[in-house]
Amino acid sequence: MPSAVPVSWYLILSAILFGLGVAGFLFRRNIITVFMSIELMLNAVNLSLVAFSYQHNQTDGHIFSFFVMVVAAAEAAVGLAIILTVFKNRSTLAIDDVSSLKN
Amino acid sequence: MGDNFVPTAADMTRFLPELILTVIGTLIMVLEPLTREENKSRLGVIALAGLVAAMWGSAVAAADPGTAFNQMLIVDGFGTFFRFLCIGVGILTVLASFAYLNREHANSGEYYALILYSIAGQCVMVTANELIMLFIGLEISSIASYVLAGYLRDDKRNNESALKYFLLGSFATAFLLYGIAWIYGGTGTTNLTEIHRVLTNRDIAPLAGIVGTSAALMFVGFAFKVAAAPFQIWAPDVYQGAPAPVAAFLSAGPKAAAFAIFLRVYLTAFDTIADRWQPIVVVSALATMIVGNFAALQQSNIKRLLAYSSIAHAGYVMCAIAAHSQIGTQAVMFYMVSYAFMNVGAFAAVTHFARQGERYVNTEDLAGLGVRQPATAALLTVFLLSLIGVPLTGGFFGKFYVFKAALDANLVWLTILGLLNSAVAAYYYLRIIVVMYFKEPGDSTANLQPPAMGIQAVLWGSAAATLVLGIFPSWVLDYAGRSANLVK
Repeated sequence: MPSAVPVSWYLILSAILFGLGVAGFLFRRNIITVFMSIELMLNAVNLSLVAFSYQHNQTDGHIFSFFVMVVAAAEAAVGLAIILTVFKNRSTLAIDDVSSLKN
Repeated sequence: MGDNFVPTAADMTRFLPELILTVIGTLIMVLEPLTREENKSRLGVIALAGLVAAMWGSAVAAADPGTAFNQMLIVDGFGTFFRFLCIGVGILTVLASFAYLNREHANSGEYYALILYSIAGQCVMVTANELIMLFIGLEISSIASYVLAGYLRDDKRNNESALKYFLLGSFATAFLLYGIAWIYGGTGTTNLTEIHRVLTNRDIAPLAGIVGTSAALMFVGFAFKVAAAPFQIWAPDVYQGAPAPVAAFLSAGPKAAAFAIFLRVYLTAFDTIADRWQPIVVVSALATMIVGNFAALQQSNIKRLLAYSSIAHAGYVMCAIAAHSQIGTQAVMFYMVSYAFMNVGAFAAVTHFARQGERYVNTEDLAGLGVRQPATAALLTVFLLSLIGVPLTGGFFGKFYVFKAALDANLVWLTILGLLNSAVAAYYYLRIIVVMYFKEPGDSTANLQPPAMGIQAVLWGSAAATLVLGIFPSWVLDYAGRSANLVK
């Protein structure tokens, strides 16, 4: 089957998404947005895995991406619960306000 | 790949410790709502029994070494060594937790179940022979640890610790995964042995750029997990904010497992490009030691001080990884054992004198402990001396073998700077001992109860192990030496 879009384009898109995720993680100041940036990074990885899997003509990468999704879902469940407790105790979602530790 | 996907009896035997841990963990969750409030600590006793059974399971699995589930897992001496270590850390943590949870009125089954799940994840990690398995093990361990770090959900410090651990841990995992995706793209496989085979074969080896990118991305992930510079920032906040017994657990169990997968991946899959990752590990080791030790000098909160000290210790271990040799692997294994005992012991002492709500966690609060509770003070002194690396303690031989491995690999400057660093470290540990023995006893130690049974057991057991490791290091070292040979 002739491929309309070369695999390298998917990889470049994936790298851009991953980069956006990293930038969002580093520069956004809202906890939920920071968490969404991590999800974006994981999805960028999934895109790479599927593209590579297609290139190798294997199913391993596809299956791996399912595992990544399952783990991302588990992580989201725990992560949102943690964010909820933080919000309950501090009534804020600004990441700079969550810094009572240190001396 | 085998055609038969039905697991054989041998597969199940090699997977025994993980099976035991998950079954007992789930059993505790089922019993939790059926248990009365005052009997909750019995669930902890079940957890202890489960951990002992998992120890036995590891021994049974080790009697029949080999791969399981189509080469997904490999039960070898190396994996078994770390399985024992992680389960041992779990036993100490559960023992130290009884008194803590009673004191905070937070005794519940989830806590013990989460510890068992986290250890099950670590057991998968250390025996993983496959990047997918390694990732799943890491996540099982991490997700349980995120919850443990924020266990007291009405405590602001716990919230903050869990949030930071969760966000930075997931961030690191994403890097690790991206690295895995690239090496899969380059080699078409996620099996460590297969990756090594492809990379050594010039005809089919992928572009150096792809392999290098992947190794670098995975390094970021691993460096985060072991708290090595420049990715160590999360550790002080997380250890300071987490409940003291959980901090003990996090600084020993998941860290040992992370070092195990670090070694396994870089000494099997990426063995052929060792000359390129070695300099990066050397620089990171050096930076980690310096950042950890110099930041620890300025800390007055003892949990935060121990967190920075644990960063510094990760730096020493990285020296042995940089050596890239079998002696280096052996040194890492020995170090992680002695470190686990002395660090969990020190955190158990902190758990004891912090009291309800962890009010007394400053170095100054220890004033007069030497007079008021000589036994506890003496045991804490053993741990601190071992952390410094004084002879006759496990910490001494740990450092000795680590730096010997680095010297054998001609990393002379790294060794010299490492030794200078341990001299700096002596200052902040000795300061705690000075406060304990030579400061006038203050209010903070006035109405201190004697340590609870579980904490006593941890203190005496860890101190005994620390001394045994310092007097008869060959007992553990020989075993580590036999197991340090990783299958490529």
